Amino acid sequence: MSEFLNAIFSTHLPVLPVLLPLFTAAALLLMGDEGGEANHGSKLLQRRRLLSMASVLLGAVLAGRLMAEAAVGTLTVYPLGGWPAPFGIVLVIDRLSAMMLALTWTIAVPVLWYAAGGWDARGRHFHTMFHFLLMGVSGAFVTGDLFNLFVFFEVLLLASYVLLVHGQGRERFKAGVHYVVLNLVASALFLVGLAIVYGVTGTLNMADLALRVGQLGPQEAALFKAGAMVMLVVFGLKAAIVPLYLWLPGAYAAATAPVAAMFAIMTKVGVYSIIRVHAVILGDGAGHAALAAEPWLLPVGLVTVVMGVLGALAAHSLARLVSYLTVASVGTIVAGIGLFTPAALSAALYYMMHSTLVVAALFLLVELVASQRGAAGDRLQPAAPVAQPVLLGIMTLLGSASVAGLPPLPGFLGKLMILESAALTPAHVGVWSVVLVTSVLTMVGLARAGAILFWNVLPAGGQPVHGGTSARLTLATLGLLSLSLVLAVAASPLKRYTDAAAAQLADRAAYAKAVLGPVGGAAAQTTRPYRAGEGEVILPAKGDTP
Amino acid sequence: MSLEFLVASGIGVVTATGIYLILRGRTWPVVLGLSLLGYAVNVFIFAMGRLWQDAAPILSATGRVADPLPQALVLTAIVIGFATTGFVVELALRSRHESGSDHVDGHEPGHRTGKTRDDAA
Repeated sequence: MSEFLNAIFSTHLPVLPVLLPLFTAAALLLMGDEGGEANHGSKLLQRRRLLSMASVLLGAVLAGRLMAEAAVGTLTVYPLGGWPAPFGIVLVIDRLSAMMLALTWTIAVPVLWYAAGGWDARGRHFHTMFHFLLMGVSGAFVTGDLFNLFVFFEVLLLASYVLLVHGQGRERFKAGVHYVVLNLVASALFLVGLAIVYGVTGTLNMADLALRVGQLGPQEAALFKAGAMVMLVVFGLKAAIVPLYLWLPGAYAAATAPVAAMFAIMTKVGVYSIIRVHAVILGDGAGHAALAAEPWLLPVGLVTVVMGVLGALAAHSLARLVSYLTVASVGTIVAGIGLFTPAALSAALYYMMHSTLVVAALFLLVELVASQRGAAGDRLQPAAPVAQPVLLGIMTLLGSASVAGLPPLPGFLGKLMILESAALTPAHVGVWSVVLVTSVLTMVGLARAGAILFWNVLPAGGQPVHGGTSARLTLATLGLLSLSLVLAVAASPLKRYTDAAAAQLADRAAYAKAVLGPVGGAAAQTTRPYRAGEGEVILPAKGDTP
Repeated sequence: MSLEFLVASGIGVVTATGIYLILRGRTWPVVLGLSLLGYAVNVFIFAMGRLWQDAAPILSATGRVADPLPQALVLTAIVIGFATTGFVVELALRSRHESGSDHVDGHEPGHRTGKTRDDAA
């Protein structure tokens, strides 16, 4: 038995981050969820929570092990069904994928623990959808095929549609309709982009695409670029960059706290896809189509930072403020990617780890604070003082200082790395001024919010409200916040890891060799059974069989 | 008129209709628009395998072969599109029930918030 488990663990490890949440979700679905009153104190609810928590903890172990394997530079290729790429779909785990997986599960554990403190009982099938979301996110991070990426996008989006309206209420359904319609249009655009790319190159395997795109003529390359730019729009909508970020503040502010915290990873799925398609496939070696997104990414990223911070300054509720900070942090990451140097990419990856963790923690913190302010909730207006001003105040200070980029917190390190990597590029004036000025403005916005929340309080009329806070909720939030502090302590090894990840992404030959090895690596011929436009069958010459 | 022209203009007309409907203010036309856009995209994917006559999508030693992959992709896209359309119909109905208005913003234009069933009761 243990040998069997060991074999599964070693041979099929790359696919487990997808299968584990899938089977957990299926089991949770079979266990059923009555919802509403039937949930209160029910044994079934306890069992669901137990299964759900056990599954995310196991997933975190798997992700940690995958990251440890990837850290030494192993490119793990897992052909699904045994079909070699590019004929079948492969899962590829490199340093970037493993890092994103680890980040996903790092957030999932405290957020699920927080949700099990009460939110999961205020609607049906929270745990099921949470695991489907994890499945979609992990699948998007490990797949080596663009169409498969689309499929996992749909999986994670469908789960997110349901999670967004979890807890019901008119505000959530209104945000839900907008969110769903926008994402369905984006999915249609994604398919258009995929179809153009396939029509030009005859493949959707990422490694194969990276080889083919370099061999395209100028006219075909123009068409490929058009397809890639259509995809940039789609990924930009997911990542929430200018001008496609307008959906995010409404949707994230309307979602319940644990859902909004988990959604912090979803914008990063868009960022990850931009890296895979526009920085790797369309990287330096892409011939006529090389660096198609270069004129766009950096300016769009910088404008996103400015718009996000202005939104944060104008926000009238704490949840919207954090939502706008999410937008600003995505802008910083995209600007880092837009510099198109390995150093900047590495800095952007480090900043991505930090911003995802801290934004998730802030979303949880918003609810903790709001639950102690009585009727005022998270609105930024004077209200009765909170019951735990010291604890919540310190947590808010910590999160705010990190998000604004004050030393010695990881936000400062991340921004410093991006500034440093931009210093030698022609764009350094724009990057430096935008990042520094917006950091100051972020601090102003957060100081204003903090002052209203903790100092500008109405005289307390009676007992402070304790409702809604429990030790578990506080501990989960504190755990997530301190995880972002770990990033500062472990900055040196993590930076070495992201440096290596950026170097690995730039090494297209090694990637092609690992993925397409069975069909001849970089020397592989076209996979189409006919010459483009003719329809005559080309059979491989004798001796060519792999 | 060539087959290519017919297919291309057909995709164009259906896409334009879909976009027009998506920009409407009520949820039902928006759902219809999403479906139409989905159809146009499906035909577009299909056409990206090139348009063939008298060619089967099965590899044989001689003769013409249509590209089978876009046909497989389109099947996946159809299934996903079907599921998402089903979901968005249900969501639109639920939103109508919750807000008392089938406007995509959850309230009639000009009113800050719509009348709900609870208010009426």
